[in-house]
Amino acid sequence: MTTMANDSTTRATSGDGTSAPEDSQWPLWEVFVQPPGGEPHEHAGSVHAVDGESALQNARDVYARRGEAVSIWVVPSIEITASTPDDMGPFFDPGNDKPYRHPQFYKVPRGIRM
Amino acid sequence: MVSASPAAVPNEFEYLLRLGDDRLVLGHRLSEWCGHAPILEEDIALANIALDLIGQANLLLGLAARIERKGRDADALAYLRDAIDYRNALLVEMPKGDFAVTIVRQLLYSVFALLQAEALQRSTDADVAGIAAKAVKELRYHVRHSADWVLKLGGGTTESRARAQRAVDDLWPYTGELFLADDVDRAVAQTGIGVDPSPLESSWQSTVRDVLGRAGLTIPDSAYMQRGGRQGRHTEHLGHMLAEMQIVARSHPGASW
Repeated sequence: MTTMANDSTTRATSGDGTSAPEDSQWPLWEVFVQPPGGEPHEHAGSVHAVDGESALQNARDVYARRGEAVSIWVVPSIEITASTPDDMGPFFDPGNDKPYRHPQFYKVPRGIRM
Repeated sequence: MVSASPAAVPNEFEYLLRLGDDRLVLGHRLSEWCGHAPILEEDIALANIALDLIGQANLLLGLAARIERKGRDADALAYLRDAIDYRNALLVEMPKGDFAVTIVRQLLYSVFALLQAEALQRSTDADVAGIAAKAVKELRYHVRHSADWVLKLGGGTTESRARAQRAVDDLWPYTGELFLADDVDRAVAQTGIGVDPSPLESSWQSTVRDVLGRAGLTIPDSAYMQRGGRQGRHTEHLGHMLAEMQIVARSHPGASW
């Protein structure tokens, strides 16, 4: 497991000047945009911002200027726990040796109308 | 559609120039940040606000040109007038300065422009009312974005607070002009086409003072206010800005791209 942002991004401009950022960028936020028509929110990309309100404004300016959205979520990238390539086998191996996991394994009982 | 009597045309034309020129000049000032803002996201934000303002200017100057009936269009008004014929307030022609100047100026202007546009939605001229209705949505965002930044600069580091305070001190004397009404304003307010800016001042003061107060910034005591932009008496800065803004259009008359 790994987090998506490295630690330096959490220490960006805190305001009192005592913790100078190692990275010139502000913390990273992941942006999720809901298109018109009731579709679920989809990951659109990421923006840098110092807080949630700025992240929302930046996301609006970058990803929602042409009517693509009716709602935006922003989430600190560092809060996302993601799978790694090492998880590939244990997480995603489809388990084809266990055919009972697939619906086709089961026969429809007699008398059931399809 | 425009139904002004011939006698009313000069006043309405003049008034639309004031509305349009404020937006065109400030839009250009903001565009000067393109590629230079402190961070990519803010570069995009400032460019978006610039495009909103230039879009509003295009509509307002286009309308001004139509009622003038002298064969000019929005481009002719934007690119072929000299500084003395511009009618923007002095506040918007000040150089973009540092980021604090740009942000403080944006707050001071956007709060004014929003109040103005909200009132103009009730204009008796359907075109003006329509342009105002579109502008209100954009200006609300401009207020939100600039107020948010003023709070961050005021509550940020010693340097950011000092720069924001200097910006307030330098720009404050240019805010009084926004609310000065002359015969043009009174004439268009009389016919219901335009809005007298004077009554907007108390709402503007309370909003601006609230944001600056929460940002820990103080407003200068001096009551002296600059004026002259609405009558074409500009600072030297506007001439330099127009020289850059107009050079291509003037060097290649009639070119299209």
